[in-house]
Amino acid sequence: MEAIFENRIANDQKIEPKDWMPEKYRKTHIRQISQHAHSEIVGMLPEGNWITRAPSLRRKVALLAKVQDEGGHGLYLYSACETLGISRDELFEQLHSGEAKYSSTFNYPAVTWADMGAIGWLVDGAAIINQVALCNTSYGPYARAMVRICKEESFHQRQGFEIMLTLAKGTPEQKAMAQDALNRWWWPSLMMFGPTDAESVHTEQSMKWKLKRKSNDELRQQFIDQTVPQAELIGLTIPDPHLKWNPEKGSYDWGEINWNEFWQVVKGYGPCNRERISARRKAWDNGKWVRDAAMVYAEKRETDEFKKAI
Amino acid sequence: MKNWPLWEVFVRSKNGLEHRHCGSLHATDATMALENARDVYTRRNEGVSIWVVPSAAITASNPEDSGELFEPAKDKAYRHPTFYNLPDELKHM
Repeated sequence: MEAIFENRIANDQKIEPKDWMPEKYRKTHIRQISQHAHSEIVGMLPEGNWITRAPSLRRKVALLAKVQDEGGHGLYLYSACETLGISRDELFEQLHSGEAKYSSTFNYPAVTWADMGAIGWLVDGAAIINQVALCNTSYGPYARAMVRICKEESFHQRQGFEIMLTLAKGTPEQKAMAQDALNRWWWPSLMMFGPTDAESVHTEQSMKWKLKRKSNDELRQQFIDQTVPQAELIGLTIPDPHLKWNPEKGSYDWGEINWNEFWQVVKGYGPCNRERISARRKAWDNGKWVRDAAMVYAEKRETDEFKKAI
Repeated sequence: MKNWPLWEVFVRSKNGLEHRHCGSLHATDATMALENARDVYTRRNEGVSIWVVPSAAITASNPEDSGELFEPAKDKAYRHPTFYNLPDELKHM
């Protein structure tokens, strides 16, 4: 049965919710899809904080729309994940207890307006590279959610780059602010592609199930090669003294990621890990009475209508 | 407290086309499901009409029964126009 299953995936057939699947396939997908959903939801926090402080109405409506999209993306992904037989409440519980992970990038603070530019340009840029590959993944509901998400995501990166571009063309203080944001977000963005291929434990299995099309290192290189010219275009400097075009390879050589920092943040010791989870918990706990009241109201209305009918 | 039930969302992208399933969401009742569906699935003019259906109301065929359900159609090639041999001179039919 497992051989038939693997064969279906190898032949580019999709797996749908009611199909038989190995337990490991189900578990791995719950882990990855929920992690992805949690990243969208937690990703709303650093940006949500800047909506009321956006410098113009144009920036404000764009940021508001972007954060709303992230909420929507989280919802598409939670729905896809629930088709694997886990409830929404269990998923939230896993996030709030720390059992489930989310993208570590969101454990860095967004301290200036320029961070809204850097996040859109770099963090969303890195996310798009990861996500495009997933539009073709083997689990149908996940692939369909990714297609919707990718369609909506490109506006996120463009609005971020436009913020950086505007700041870089502005006063010396504005340009310095843009450079400072790039300095702080560059390395966390590279970390978004995960550990090196040598250290990545899930790669082989994920390739087989089409949860991955390219390795972490290949995707990271792709991101660097596409982003460096963009930085040059707006006159900002990538904070890596080892960055250098390698004409033989046809790509950039670059420095070393601080893996110690990477693992510290993954393990929960990043600058904002606690703050993010406590904000999520607070929202969930404080919203409980609203969820309960809405349910009671709906049930009462249904009973009233039933009584009226008889 | 009881969890909010799950609803399936179907969107008609424009008049003349059918409603298509586009995902699901949680809501306490049909009114809320419609409002949430509007916000979650039609933020960029994706629809002109929405249906919401309680997921529990859907009866789905089981993949294990696919053989007996769908295979009988496979050996009925005569239901397709290409089954019939017609002379090449006949350009349109």
